[in-house]
Amino acid sequence: MASERQDAFMRPGGVVLPGDVARPRTGGWRTGVKPAVQLEKCVDCLLCWIHCPDMAVQHKQGVFQGFDYDLCKGCEVCAEVCPTGAIQMVAEATQLDPRGAILPEGEGRDG
Amino acid sequence: MARTTLGQEVLTGGEATAHAMRQIRPDVVPIYPITPQTPIIQTFSRFVADGRVDTVLLQVESEHSAMSAAVGAALAGARTMTATASQGLALMIEVLYIASGLRAPVVMAVGNRALSAPINIHGDHSDGMLARDSGAVQIFAQDAQEAYDLMVMAPRIAEHAAVLLPVLVGQDGFSVTHSAENVSLLRDEEVQDFVGPYEIPYPLLGDRPSSQGLFAMPDSYYELKVRQAQALEAAEQVFADVGRAFALRFGRHIGAVEAYRMDGAERAIVLIGSTAGTAKDAVDALRQRGEKVGLVVVRLYRPFPHQVLAEALGGVERVAVLDRAVSPGTYPPLYSDIRAGYAGPAELRSYVYGLGGRDTAPEDIERVYRDLLVPRTAGIRYLNLMGEDQHGES
Repeated sequence: MASERQDAFMRPGGVVLPGDVARPRTGGWRTGVKPAVQLEKCVDCLLCWIHCPDMAVQHKQGVFQGFDYDLCKGCEVCAEVCPTGAIQMVAEATQLDPRGAILPEGEGRDG
Repeated sequence: MARTTLGQEVLTGGEATAHAMRQIRPDVVPIYPITPQTPIIQTFSRFVADGRVDTVLLQVESEHSAMSAAVGAALAGARTMTATASQGLALMIEVLYIASGLRAPVVMAVGNRALSAPINIHGDHSDGMLARDSGAVQIFAQDAQEAYDLMVMAPRIAEHAAVLLPVLVGQDGFSVTHSAENVSLLRDEEVQDFVGPYEIPYPLLGDRPSSQGLFAMPDSYYELKVRQAQALEAAEQVFADVGRAFALRFGRHIGAVEAYRMDGAERAIVLIGSTAGTAKDAVDALRQRGEKVGLVVVRLYRPFPHQVLAEALGGVERVAVLDRAVSPGTYPPLYSDIRAGYAGPAELRSYVYGLGGRDTAPEDIERVYRDLLVPRTAGIRYLNLMGEDQHGES
């Protein structure tokens, strides 16, 4: 545990102040599935970004950039609301590119 | 120099405590009545109704609610006090642990009374002992004057940056709460000045938003609880410092323990609360007859002042620890505490007395001192219990 984090949690009564925890790291809550995206189907509507309860969906100036798996707790809401079916839940062990894009067959098996 | 006191008044312990509260001027007092604490909040409520203090009085539906409201108010940034006794304290216990854990410096007067069942309204320390692991600072007064003085000291102890814990100021039910004595009150402005403004590090109503009462996972709960326990340990020094400041200013010194005629004592009694007065009379009578006996009265019970107590006992040979509570299945609380921390030469013996308001007379105390003259085996003796042998007289 980083000492900064320890100090933040060690105020009398465990008081937490704004900025102590920028984002709860809820990635460890996933139980077997994670969201993946077929980028060619994504229309950048960002409904997934609007609905994600953990700010796990990232975008840059309105362009979908993928998922932060440290934050995604696997609730599947993004896959549910995606109007084009670009997002689907895949097995945790599935190799994806850093954005969560499904890799072409045969890639990423080594890493 | 201006007089700091108003002179003597005839007040019960309950009334004196209510005067202390009026002079401290707490922002919020959540209350629920229960004998023998009722005279405290009844008197205080009258002060509020008469406009002598501008406290927000919250009349809640139970002691559980009273302590819950007190925790919220104290953390919001309001100086908060309450009072209870017996079953009321028992009902508060769940929230008292929370008050300690959230470091809410609530000051509470307790009119110490027996616990049910059988139901009984009279004095003993069973209720206080129920709170002994709650993390609160626990102080017991011997008489009305101490109940008043300790109540004036209590906010500074509770709110000290190194402590930030609830403080329970106990006074024996009826023998202190309802008994009128001469009490020397301080001037209102002296109390105000001594207590100072209410300051806690992270008030909910401050400029800086904060989250309180959060879930603590295995990665932080342990550390928070240990730091909370360390804060209670720190309260021993804070109690001594506040006591010294009180003595310097007002001329009355209240230490963690009182050693009464312990010079050259070979036999001693250790006890808590109002029976100290009775025991002092017994000690005086025995000393007059040349017997080397003394008395040690424990005021600060949590944190337990092991070192100060050992110093007070000095080179005494035999000690009777008198508990006004039991801990069924093992030795009673005060005896166990002393036993756990005492490494001195004296032989310690355990006595229980006065449960449910059973009278303890000077002769009973003298019997204990006589009992200490003779060797005996371990075990708990019960003073004035019907059917128990009248020890020391055989």
